[in-house]
Amino acid sequence: MRVRLRFSKLGRIRWTSHRDVARLWERALRRARLPVAYSAGFSPHPLLSFGLALPTGCESTAEYFDVSLAQPLDPTEVVDRLGPMLAPGTAILAAAALPDGAASLQEEVTSCTWQIDVPAVTPAVLSEVSAQLLEADTLPVRRARKGRMEVDDLRPSLRALSVRAGHDGPGSVLDCELGTRPRGVRPVELEQVLGFALGPARRTCQWIEREGSRWEPLTPDAAIAAGVVARA
Amino acid sequence: MTSLWPRIESLLAQVTKPARYIGGELGAIEPVWDPGRVAWLLVYPDTYEIGLPNQGLQILYEILNERPDALAERAYAPWTDMEAAMRGAGLPLFSLETARAASEFDVLAFNLAAELTYTNVLNLIDLAGAPVRAAERGVDHPLVVAGGHCAFNPEPLADFVDAFVMGDGEEVVGEINAVVAAWRADAGTRRELLPALAQVPGVYVPSCYAERVSVDGGRRIEPSVAGVPERIEKRTVADLGQWPYPKRQLVPLIEVVHDRLNVEVFRGCTRGCRFCQAGMITRPVRERPAVQVQRMVRDGLARTGYDEVTLTSLSTADFSGIEQTVAAVIDESDGTAQVAVSLPSLRVDAFTVNLAAEIQRVRRTGLTFAPEGGTWRMRQVINKLISEEDLYAAVESAFSQGWRRVKLYFLIGLPTETDDDVLGIARLARACVEIGQRHQRNVTVTVSVGGFVPKPHTPFQWFGQDSVQELRRKVALLKDAVRGVRGLSLRWHDPQATVVEGLVSRGDRRVGAVIEHVWRNGGTFQEWSEHFDLGKWTAALDECGLTLDEFCYRDRDEHEPLPWDHVSAGLHRDFLWQDWQDALAEQGVEDCRWTPCYDCGACTGLGVEHVVASPVPPAGGSQGTGQDRSLGGAVPVRFLRTPTSTRTTPVLAGATVVGSEP
Repeated sequence: MRVRLRFSKLGRIRWTSHRDVARLWERALRRARLPVAYSAGFSPHPLLSFGLALPTGCESTAEYFDVSLAQPLDPTEVVDRLGPMLAPGTAILAAAALPDGAASLQEEVTSCTWQIDVPAVTPAVLSEVSAQLLEADTLPVRRARKGRMEVDDLRPSLRALSVRAGHDGPGSVLDCELGTRPRGVRPVELEQVLGFALGPARRTCQWIEREGSRWEPLTPDAAIAAGVVARA
Repeated sequence: MTSLWPRIESLLAQVTKPARYIGGELGAIEPVWDPGRVAWLLVYPDTYEIGLPNQGLQILYEILNERPDALAERAYAPWTDMEAAMRGAGLPLFSLETARAASEFDVLAFNLAAELTYTNVLNLIDLAGAPVRAAERGVDHPLVVAGGHCAFNPEPLADFVDAFVMGDGEEVVGEINAVVAAWRADAGTRRELLPALAQVPGVYVPSCYAERVSVDGGRRIEPSVAGVPERIEKRTVADLGQWPYPKRQLVPLIEVVHDRLNVEVFRGCTRGCRFCQAGMITRPVRERPAVQVQRMVRDGLARTGYDEVTLTSLSTADFSGIEQTVAAVIDESDGTAQVAVSLPSLRVDAFTVNLAAEIQRVRRTGLTFAPEGGTWRMRQVINKLISEEDLYAAVESAFSQGWRRVKLYFLIGLPTETDDDVLGIARLARACVEIGQRHQRNVTVTVSVGGFVPKPHTPFQWFGQDSVQELRRKVALLKDAVRGVRGLSLRWHDPQATVVEGLVSRGDRRVGAVIEHVWRNGGTFQEWSEHFDLGKWTAALDECGLTLDEFCYRDRDEHEPLPWDHVSAGLHRDFLWQDWQDALAEQGVEDCRWTPCYDCGACTGLGVEHVVASPVPPAGGSQGTGQDRSLGGAVPVRFLRTPTSTRTTPVLAGATVVGSEP
C-alpha cells in the first residue's frame, strides 16, 4: 500500500537540499522500523516518491511524499511511529492511504502558494509594483539553463499576487501563486521583475487544478497537529 | 555570549552547501554554559563533509560533554566562499551548536589528520580572532591544542600551537581539562598555564622546549624550562572495551564522506607494513570484545537509521571476532531494512573475498585490494608479503562471485624501487583484467597509484623520497604500459602534492615559517586539487632560505637527529633502524600478534599488551606478513575478561587502505 504524508520544513533545516530531505526521511523510516517496500534488483532502494523540489533556503508547510509499505498499516500508526523520529524543523501535518493507481505528486500538482517576506519595502510601494506586474502582458526573466542564458516569460506562471503588512517593522509580505507547468517557477525569480530583494520564502500550499476546481493533495489534519503539539 | 546565528544565516543564501553551517545533526549536544565548565571548541581543519565523520573528534566531544567541568562544541573550516562572506561581514569562526564566537571558548582543539591541512589550522586560528603565533597570544585568547596522527611530528606547527597531545585522547583530555580549570580558578597567566600542561603525560608544550643546533648542523629539541620531560611518550588506552565511544554517532543532515555507522573493532596494527605510519604509531593491537562490537552495531543502526555499517580498524579482516560479528550483523537485517557492511583495510586473499561476499549480498559493486608494490621484491622491501597467487586468487574469487569492478592500490617512489618494480604494477593489473574476462564480459580494474611519502616513526623515516620529476617519469612509464588495455584504468595522485606532504611530514621547526608564508599568500585548502598550489610552497621555501632537498630528497643517516626525536610513539629507534636495514636487504618480518616479540618497544615501554579476543589467528592467518599459517594458540595473548564496548582512528590515506567499496 502507499501512504501520502504532508510535512513542514521550518527554521534552520530550510538550508538543506531536496535530496538531503529525502535521505532524512529514509533514515527516519528505518529508525521507526516501518515496513517500507524496497525496489527489486541489483541495488535495492526504499520506494519513496517526493513531490516538487523545494528550493534550498525556502521554508514550507506544504511538502509531500508517498511511501510504499510492504505490509498494510493504518496511516495514523505511520504518523505515531514516524513523528518522534524527525529532525527538528520537520513535522508531519497529514497522512492518508492512497488509492491504487493514484497519480504521482509530480504529475498532479499545477501550482504553489508562496508567502514571501519583503522586509525592505512598504506595503504601499509593493502594492503599486504588484499591480503593474499583474497588468503586464509579458514578464521576461533571464535564467541560466544548461550553461546558457535564456529569456523566459514569467507572466503565464504568475497566477495571483497580493500584498499585506509585515509582522513587525515597516516591511511587507507578498502572497503569490506560481505555476509549476511547464516548469516550477521559484520565488527568487520574482526579484528580477519586482526590482526588490526578497527575504525568506515559505511554501504554504501545493494545488492540483483540474476541470475548473482545485484542491490540495492533503489538507492539514487537525488531529495530527494536536498530536504534534502534545508531544512537544 | 550572544548567538551569532541571525548574522550567520543572513550569509547563507549566497554560499554553496549552506547546510554545512547549521549544525542540527542527530546526536549533536547543545551544552549548558556555566562558569564552572571549561569550554572546548573542537575544530577539524577541513570542510564539514570531510571533518564531521571523524571519529576521534566525536569521541572527545562525547567524553568532554559527559564531564561536569567541561563542555564541547564543534567547528569545521568554512569553504572559501563562506570565509569571504564571514570576513566581509566581520564574523569570526563560530561553533555549530550555539553559534558562539570561537573567542568565547577556553580551548581550541584541532584534529590533525593530514599535513596539507596545516595552512587551514593557521587560517582558523586567525578567523577565531587570535594571533596565529602562540608567542603573541595572551590570557584573553583561547588555548590552542592539537592532536591526531600528524602530531607525532609537531615541529612544523610548534610556533602556532600551545600544546600537542600524543596518542589516544580519551584519558588525557580530562587531565588537560583539570589543569585548565585549576589555572582559570586561580586567574593565572598564560605563562603559568603552559608549564603546568607540560607536566601532563603525553602533552608536548613547544614553548617549554628550544631547538639547539650543534656544530655539525644537527638540530635537537630540548627542554628550555626545568622539570619538563626530555621525551614525551604517547598515551595509550589499554582496554578499548572501557571506551565504548562514540555512543551517539553524529548523523548529519547533509551527505558527508563515510556517511554510515562506524564501529571501531580494534586499534593498532602489527602487520608491520613499513610505509604505514598509522600501523607503527598506534601499537599495540587492542581489540574491542566481539560482543561489544555487535551491541554497538545493533544499537547504532537502530538509533541512527543508517543501512550501512563499517567495521573500522587498520586491517579489519584480522579482527579475531570477524566471522561471528559479520554473521551477527547479517542476522540483524530483518528483510525490510537491508543492512550493508563494509570492511575497510581488507587482506588480499580468497577468505576475505568470501567474507565480503557474505556481507555484500546487496549492492555488490566494487572491491578494493592494496598490494602496494608491483613485484614480490618490492613487497618484501615494504613488508607487505602478498604473493601473486594470493592476489590472483582474491581477484578470481571476486569476479567469479559477481563483482565487476576491482580497484588496486599501489605506491610508487618506494625505497629501492626500480623501473621493473613500477612496470610490475602494470603486469599485475593486466593479469587481473585477464582473470576477470574469463568470468565476465565487462570488467573494470582500476589501478590507483599514490606517491610514497616517508613518515616519522616508521622504518622509512630515513629515506630520501622521489622528486616530482621522478614520480612523473614513473607515472609516464605506467601510462605507456597500460595504454590500450581494455578494462584497465589508471589513476594517479598529483606528484607535486606528494612532495609538499613530504616537506611538512618530516619538516622541523623552520618549516613553520613556510606554512605561515603559504597561508598569508592565500594558500588554504591545500588538500583540494583546485586550491593546491606548488608555486606558493616553493616561493615560501625560497623566502625562508630552505630547500626541498634538505627535507625531502636526501637519505638521512643513522645518527642524525630527527625533528621528532623528542616525542615517542613507543618504538625504539634501533628497532626502526634495524627494520630499515631489513627493508634494504629485502627481508620481511612476521606479525607479532601470533609470533614472538621483536621488541619494537610499544608493549614493553607502555606496559600494555596486545589485546586480542582469540588466541588463534583468524582463518588465513596473518596473511600478508609471510607468517606460517599453521601456527596459532601458543602465543602470549591476554584474554579479555568482560566484554564491554569504541573510538576510531580516521581511516588512513588511500595508500594503506584495502577494502570493500560500498
